[in-house]
Order: sequence, then C-alpha cells, then structure tokens
Amino acid sequence: MTPQEFFYMDGYYAFVWSSYGLALLVLLINLVIPRWRERRMLRRLAREHRRTRRSA
Amino acid sequence: MFLWFHKLGSPKIFYRLAQRLTPWLGGITAVLLVVGLYWGLVVAPTDYEQGDSYRIIFVHVPAAWLSMFVYMIMAVSGAIVLIWRMKVTEAIMRASAPLGAWFTFLALVTGSLWGKPMWGTYWVWDARLTSELILLFLYLGFIALQNAIEDRRTAARAGAILALVGVVNIPIIHYSVEWWSTLHQGPTVSKLDTPSISLSMLAPLLVMAVAFTLYYVTVALMRARCEIIDAESNSSWVRELARQREH
Repeated sequence: MTPQEFFYMDGYYAFVWSSYGLALLVLLINLVIPRWRERRMLRRLAREHRRTRRSA
Repeated sequence: MFLWFHKLGSPKIFYRLAQRLTPWLGGITAVLLVVGLYWGLVVAPTDYEQGDSYRIIFVHVPAAWLSMFVYMIMAVSGAIVLIWRMKVTEAIMRASAPLGAWFTFLALVTGSLWGKPMWGTYWVWDARLTSELILLFLYLGFIALQNAIEDRRTAARAGAILALVGVVNIPIIHYSVEWWSTLHQGPTVSKLDTPSISLSMLAPLLVMAVAFTLYYVTVALMRARCEIIDAESNSSWVRELARQREH
C-alpha cells in the first residue's frame, strides 16, 4: 500500500478521516479538561486558605 | 473484602488511589490506541462490499459501546448513591456523565459519517438512531440537573433517580435492530458463537474497544478527583493538598 492509497481510503477519505479526526479531538479535549480543572481548583483553594489564615 | 470496600468509600483514600492509578492506566490506553489505530487503519483488509469506508467501525462501535457502558456505570452508581449515600460513588456518577455524553455524540456523528456513503443519508429516524439520540438527551438532562441544584448531595440523589429511570433505554438501544426493521445493520459481534465479522477485522475492533474502555476509566478517575476536591474542600487533607501544590 502506498501512502497515497492510504490517505485516499478507496475514495472515502472525507468520511474516514473526519471520523478519526473528530474522535481524536474528543479524546484529547476530555483528557485536558480535568487536568486543567483540578489544577485551577487547588490553586483557588490555596489562595482562599491563605487569606483566611491572614485575617485570623 | 468488606473492609476494603469500606476503605475505598473514604474520599481521601479513593483520591490517593486514583492519583496513583491514572498515569499507569493512561499509559496502557495510549499504547493500545496506537496499536488499535495501526491495526485498524493499515493492517486490517479492505471490506469487499464497503471498501475502506468500513474502517469507521473502529471508532464508531467502541464509542457506541462505551455510550451504553458508561450509562450502566452511572445507573449502578446511582443505585448505590440512593441506598448507601456513598460520596465516592456520587463522584464517579457525576464524573461519568460528560464522558458518556461525549461518547454518545461521537457514536452519532461517526455513524452518520458512515451512513452517508453506505446508506446515502446522514440521518434516518429509525429505532437504533433515535434511541441513541434519546441517550444523548438523558446524559444532557443529567448534567443540566446537576448544575441546576445547588446542594451537591441533593443533586446527586436527583441525578441517581434520573439515571435509574433512563436505564430502560439501554435494552431498547441494544435490541432495536432486532425488534424493528431498521436501516442500521444487525449485531455482528455479540453473537459470539458465530460472529459474522472476520477475525482480521474483529481483533483490531476489540483492541480499540479495550482502549476506549481504559480511556474512560482513566478520565473518569481524573474527573472524580475534581469532584472529590470540590465536595471535600473544607476538610484538612484537601487544604494540605492545596498547600503542597503551591510550592
């Protein structure tokens, strides 16, 4: 199989590659969101606790 | 055994375990995804009827399986939430909903991208497609409900009831292709005694299915960690965790 044949997918390249592209995009987005969210939450908590400690 | 179960019910222990497991699970998932993609896109033979368009199966079917599997996890967690009020299962249930919604969305879109060249249409209102669309609405309803109710524990109980009621849709999706005459093809894999799919295509499909399942477990644990931090933000161990992260 040549690279051209591989990308051509029997003429179904538009359907096949958009399916795979979308799948990878969905998997990546969902991997990044919780990492980002956890880091942000912990940073916010640390800030809040520092403030309450100072005012106490 | 019961002691082990009891320990896992502690948000702190669950958080630490999830933290330790995620890199390993993520690593295995990545390897399986690469193997499955190579096998499915390059090694597996071209279909004599559908040409290379059938290769969409390697993302479509795992996504569709996971859309139902994640819902079952939510329903089982929902039952545990209602009976034992376990905080950890609340976190798992809430962490699963957006992932299930994404898998359902992916199954619907890749299905329609497969339907266009094979059936000549992106969408038909047949039993399989319609019941899968209802599944997407169930997920979105669950998420909306969680956002609408201020108190976390009340929200979790309301969501658990919704998840349990919606579970009737799962057998409808599964058997829809047998109960009604639909454009969607019948089952090819679940008839394990005589699967009507060749092994050279079945093997990469199973690798992709395992990869998607492990991906779900990994990301659900990561999301559950966020849920636990949110729920336990006033406890001393979460404060300590936040303080450590600062440095």
